This record gives sequence, structure tokens and C-alpha cells, in this order.
Amino acid sequence: MSFLSYMINGISLGSVYAIIALGYTMVYGIAKMLNFAHGDVIMVGGYAALMMMMNAGAHPLLAVLVAIVVCTVLGVTIEKIAYRPLRNASSPLAVLITAIGVSYFLQNIVLLIFGSSPKSFQSVVTIPDLKLAGGALMITGETIVTILSCIVIMIALTTFVNKTKAGQAMLAVSEDKGAAQLMGINVNGTIALTFAIGSGLAAIAGVLLCSSYPSLSPYTGSMPGIKAFVAAVFGGIGSIPGAMIGGILLGVIEILGKAYISAQLADAIVFGVLIVVLLVKPTGLLGKQVQEKV
Amino acid sequence: MKNKKLKSNLITYGIVLAAFVIVEIMMATGNITSLLKGLLVPLCVYVVLAISLNLVVGISGELSLGHAGFMCVGAFAGAFFSKCMQDVLTVSGVRLFCAILVGAAVAAVFGVLIGIPVLRLKGDYLAIVTLAFGEIIKNIINAFYIGKDSNGFHMTMKDQFSLGMEADGVVILNGPQGITGTPKDATFAAGIILILVTLFIVLNLIDSRDGRAIQSIRDNRIAAESIGIGITKYKLMAFTVSAALAGAAGALYAHNLSTLVAKKFDYNQSIMILVFVVLGGIGNIRGSIIAAVVLTALPELLRGLSDYRMLIYSIILIVIMLFNWAPKALEWRERYLGRFFKKSAEEGE
Amino acid sequence: MAAMLEVKNLGISFGGLRAVNAFDLTIEKGALYGLIGPNGAGKTTVFNLLTGVYKPTDGIIKLDGTEITGKSTVEINKAGIARTFQNIRLFKDMSVLDNVKAGLHNHHPYSFLAGIFHTPTYHRVEKEMDEQAMELLKVFELDKEAHYKASNLPYGKQRKLEIARALATEPKLLLLDEPAAGMNPNETQELMNTIHFVRDHFGMTILLIEHDMKLVSGICEELTVLNFGEVLCQGKTSAVLKNPQVITAYLGE
Repeated sequence: MSFLSYMINGISLGSVYAIIALGYTMVYGIAKMLNFAHGDVIMVGGYAALMMMMNAGAHPLLAVLVAIVVCTVLGVTIEKIAYRPLRNASSPLAVLITAIGVSYFLQNIVLLIFGSSPKSFQSVVTIPDLKLAGGALMITGETIVTILSCIVIMIALTTFVNKTKAGQAMLAVSEDKGAAQLMGINVNGTIALTFAIGSGLAAIAGVLLCSSYPSLSPYTGSMPGIKAFVAAVFGGIGSIPGAMIGGILLGVIEILGKAYISAQLADAIVFGVLIVVLLVKPTGLLGKQVQEKV
Repeated sequence: MKNKKLKSNLITYGIVLAAFVIVEIMMATGNITSLLKGLLVPLCVYVVLAISLNLVVGISGELSLGHAGFMCVGAFAGAFFSKCMQDVLTVSGVRLFCAILVGAAVAAVFGVLIGIPVLRLKGDYLAIVTLAFGEIIKNIINAFYIGKDSNGFHMTMKDQFSLGMEADGVVILNGPQGITGTPKDATFAAGIILILVTLFIVLNLIDSRDGRAIQSIRDNRIAAESIGIGITKYKLMAFTVSAALAGAAGALYAHNLSTLVAKKFDYNQSIMILVFVVLGGIGNIRGSIIAAVVLTALPELLRGLSDYRMLIYSIILIVIMLFNWAPKALEWRERYLGRFFKKSAEEGE
Repeated sequence: MAAMLEVKNLGISFGGLRAVNAFDLTIEKGALYGLIGPNGAGKTTVFNLLTGVYKPTDGIIKLDGTEITGKSTVEINKAGIARTFQNIRLFKDMSVLDNVKAGLHNHHPYSFLAGIFHTPTYHRVEKEMDEQAMELLKVFELDKEAHYKASNLPYGKQRKLEIARALATEPKLLLLDEPAAGMNPNETQELMNTIHFVRDHFGMTILLIEHDMKLVSGICEELTVLNFGEVLCQGKTSAVLKNPQVITAYLGE
């Protein structure tokens, strides 16, 4: 029974990774950059929701909405100020280093405002825990909501990309920026929209993460952020189903590793997975091959 | 041209020596605060780390986010060595010298082992995998227990009681508690010597056939292959030399602390070193030195600023990247600051 | 006497696309040979196959009698093929001199430690390299710009520097991918003279891709015309250019 409950915990954590990984994978697919600050947007989302609930006494759902708005605005602003000017820079490392700078900026500005001590986060989930097998197996309300959210987001996003004009524009820009521009697609707008969606999702992920692991500090986002990037690479950068599969597999690996191998080494195992994947199949499970033109 | 390069290198060595002399005079006349005195060895450590990372980021052109991992390996290897040899090697200078060599050698081995798989990747992927390796090193050392008794060494990954030692056994590496009681052999003079050796190795390497090969791969990988330069060999060379120097710096660092814990060597530490490299100028060795000194010393000396330190760094990092790399900013610079930059452009490197 | 380059039945597929098919080519020592064809005919792909950037799906490549099929780019360069690129690929942050010295890399070795300690061997070999590199730069009239950063050279000189760098590897066969692209008529004329000079002075065998018909008819002794990845026509330049099939391929209907 304990194995089953570990699996469920793993899928729940993996669902959060999957939602974060979506932000990475979409941005990477379209802007061809590793948005190192994505994890910290999650943290900002967590603080936004917490402030709404604690200081304004808002309903949890309203708090989530506000967090989404805050993160969306933040994501678009970061893209415009810090990343867009570097889009055609001669070194691809320039924008990555800038993203690292943004990540530290967010952490430290939050640190100055809210202090470094972790705040306890009040769960936004109100549905009761589910007790199965006469109480031997308990599934928390947070777990249920997290997994359901992940499924809903995945379906909505896939539909959006495949069925709407804006979604098709995203695909076009990720294939070939120049050609998309010639076809009359607003490339800057499309990239901004991608950041907006990714950051909005980050807010949801932040709230879900903090509801399951109810402690929030300025550094809360960075590790899950990096692990979610691992998940995105695992599943194949640029692929939406890949992010989902990668996220869930990674969550399960982490929880099982913690339970059966060593709590100390769980992170090492997760990163070990990344290294093995990149060496065996550098494009990830569902990614596609790109060859450099000579 | 050749002379110009030589002159520039000599100035770099000169700056380091001058700093040494000034600080020594200050110490002799008692004009130095204890705060600054405590900073001297860490300053040297960070300078060596920044120079060595610049070899990978600036000269070899790969973004490594795992430099702290090599520092960690060197620190633990060096401290472990000194703890074991404390009774055999009683002269502190000799012991430190040997410990630094051990730290560098072990880190170099890790550099090769990690470099072979990592250097097959490119760009962002390479960066994130170096970060992953750095975290793995930290996690594994954090979970290790090593003790020594009359039967020799014991190790486990469980806890210190599982070492199964005789009554005379001592725990050397105690999991998350790390290594305590490393002899405090590190001195400012040793730090300066390590900086000079690092400079000698890196500057001479850059100005050699191998250095040219490394830079040619950075500038154009496909063209480098087309003129018969093997990619893996030279990328690995830069990576390994850099790892070894970081290991040496780590060993020096370990001999300045009473307690050495693996947790300190996380990716924030790696990024900190990267900040020195970027702010000093990617590929600019002298810049790395100055940036490492200024950015380590300034916030410590201006106590009031220390809360804002990381915030200020991050803003400077973003602004510098935008100013130096954004095509629009470059255009603007060309137009308005053209006459300041033009001369250096014509003269080449 | 074996030909310098002998290619038999060379072919490559990318996924389902047959980019080059049943490609045969024989180039005699010391020849100046042209490879022409409309855009997308597969000319650069042939270069990439010859230099090991792509591994051929089938076929054999022999350089000076030795088979080099399937070898890596580095091995093929050591075997004696050097090239330039359609979109210039210089070491842009290195000096002009260092670009050529990088080309000399495999012919003037010294150990890693000699490089670190700047031993007498280092100084002697570096001096040899400097002299040889300067000689090459003089051939291309780049000696005055030896200490410029490569990216600061004007366009035409960058193309010349790429040729100088390729020659520094002491190849048997030199591949030039559109050497005159983006040059004005004066520069093209000057380039033609340089190519002639390189062939005569170094006894080089040269294969070049070019769109500029004036250059092709002016210096190439023989031509192969490629169309849709296949050889359309091969032979003496004057004959090939009169071939009605070639004219159709170039001018359309």
C-alpha cells in the first residue's frame, strides 16, 4: 500500500513539474531560450496568492486569479525588457546569462520585501481528503486538485495550439521566425503571448506547489524550476505531451528515489536522469532532431 | 603585437604583485581591519575561481554552471588529505602545497570524467547539465561518511555509526556535517602564489597552439573541424585545466575554514563565480580578477549594503548583458561612442 | 597515375529526400574544376559529403588513390582536403594571423607542456608558424592586416582569408564554395587571378562551386553540372556551356 501512496504522491508532484515544464518547453520551443527565471515566477505567484489570502482575506479562487494576472504581467514585462533586446545577439549565451540575472533579481527583490524566513502557506484546496481501502490509502484534496488541474491544462493547451489561430502562429514561429514574419505573423506578439501563457501557468503551479508543500520563501521556486526544466528536456523540448510525460515521470522518480534509495540523494537521482537522457537521446522522449546548416 | 600581448600580461601579473605588497605593508603597519584580514584568503580563492571559469566561458565559449562542483571536489580532497597526513606532514606550508596538488588532481579527474559526456552537448543543454553535475557532486559528498581506524578506511552512505570502526576510529568525513578540524594552513601569501600560478597557466595556454585551437572552436566549430582541429580534445583540455584550477582554489578555501560542508557548494556559488566572469568581461582575464576582488570585498566592507548585494549584482548583470550584447545597444554605442571603441577594434585582440 | 579525386556513385538521403544521387566525379591532379547548377541542386551537399560533414548513404570517395569514404571531417582534412564556406566561417574574434596559424595547427606540433611553460621549443615552432603564416598572407595581400581582428576585415578580404586558412592545412585538394559571392566585378577579377596563382604556385587541385558564369568560364577547365541532385552534364567547360540541356536547366523553359 505504501508503494501506491508513493506513486500517487509522485504523480501529484510530477503534475506540478509538468505544469511548470510547459512554460519552459513553450518558451524554449518559440524563443529558443532557457528562461532560467521561470522558477522564480512560480515563487512570485505563490507570494501574490498568499498576500491576497492573508492580507486581503480574499477567497482562494480569487487569490489564484490575482496570482495568474500578476505572473502574466511579470512574464511579459521580463520578456520585453530583458530578453527581447537580446533576441538577435551574436552569442546565444547572452540571453541565458541575462535570464540568470533576472532569476536572482526576482529572488532578491522578494527577499527585501518579505524577508528570508519561510511563510506558511494556507492551502487553497477546500475539498476533503479521500480515504480508500478503509483509511490505509489516503489521497489528499491537494493531490486530487493538482492532478486534475494538470490534465485540464494539458487538454486546453493542446486544443489552443492546434485549433486556434494564435496557437498556429506559435507553431509557425517555433518552426521559422523569418518565414512566419513574412507570412504576416506578429512574431513579437506571439512570443509575448507565449511568455504570458507560460507565466500564467507558473502561477497555477506555484499555488498548487505551495498548497501541497505549505512553505514559501524567496528560494522556493528555483529548485522546482530547474527540475521542471529537466522534465521538459526529458520529455523533449518543444513538445507539450512531452512536458507532461517528462514531468510526471520525474515526479515519480523523485518520490520513489526518496522513499526507497535515499532522501539525501533524491536530487542527485533526478539530475542523473537528465544526464542519462541527454546522452542517450539528446532530443528527449518526444523531441525531434534539428541539424545545423553548413 | 606580440610585445603588446606580453606587456598586457605583465601588467596583470604586476597588479597582483602590487596588491600583495600593499596588503603586506598595511599588515606590517597595523593598518588593516580584522574584517579585511579575514577576507584575504577568500578573495584569492574567488580570483582563482573566476580566472579558471573564464577559461571555459570566455576562451572555450561554453557556459558552465557547475564550477562550484569542482571547487567542492578539490576542497574535500584537499581537506581529507590534510586530515590524514596531519601527523606525517607537520610543516604547514608543505602540507598545504601537497593538499592543493591533491585537490587539483582529483578535480582534474572529475573534469575529464564529467567533460567527456558533457562536452558532446551544446549551449543551454551543456549549461544545465554542468549545473546538474555540480548538484550531484554536492549531494553525493553530503551523503558520504568516511572514517579511519587501525584497520584502515571505512566508508558508508548511511550514517556515522554504520562505519563499523574500532574504538580508536575517527570520523573524517561526517555526511552533512562535512569535515571539521582541517588545519588552518591557508595564508594570503599562499593565495597570491596560487593566483600567479593560475595566471601563468591560463595566459600561457591562451597564447599557445592549443589555446588557438580552443579559441578557434569557440569562434566556429565547423570551420575548426574543417582545418583538422578535433573538437573533443581541445574542449576537454580547457574544461579539465579549468576544473583542476577550481579544485586547487577549493583546497585553499578548505584550509581557511574550521568546518567544511558540501552544502556551501551549490549552484548559487557557481553562478556567483559566473557573475564575476561576466562583469569582468567574458574572455578578459584581468577583468575577472578585478571583478572578483571588487564584488567580494565591497559588500563586506560596506556593511550597510550587504542586504542589497545580490540584488545589485543581479541588476548589474542584466544591464551589462543588455549593454554589451543587444544589437540595438551595440549600434547605439557604435554611433555615439564610436571614437572610443574604434581604435581598439582596428588593432584586433 | 591515379586521379586526385575519384567519386563513384555517391548518394545521400535526408529522410525520404534524395539530395544527391549517383554522383560520379573524377578530377585530375592540378585541375581547376567547376561544379555548377541551379539553386538547391545539391552542390554544397556534395562538398559536405566530400569533407565528411555528412556521411554518404552510398558511394565511394577516393583522394589521391586512398579511400576516405565515411571518415570524419578532421581525418579528411588531415588526408588532404580543405575547404571554404558559402557563408564565411572565420574565427571572427581571433586575429587574421591567428586564423592562418590555426590552419597550420597540425603541421607544427609541440606538446601541451611546452605551450604552458613557453619552452624554447615553443618559441622556435611559433616563429616558424609566424613566418609561414605571413608568407601565405602576403600571397593574398593580407599581410598588412595581420593583426586586425578577422571580423574587422572587409568582405572580399574575409573570403581571401578563408582561402589562406584552408591552404595553411597544406591540402592536396582545395574546395571553394562560391568564392565570388557578394563581390563586385573588380574583386571577382582579382579573385580569378588569385585562384590561378594558387593553382600554379602551390600546384593545387581546385574544385569550386560558383554562380558567376564569368568566373566559371574564365578559369574552370572542366565542369560538372548538377540538377536535382544528379549529374546533368560533364566535360570541357566550353562544351558544357553550349549544351542545350544545361541552358534549359539554368534559364528554365
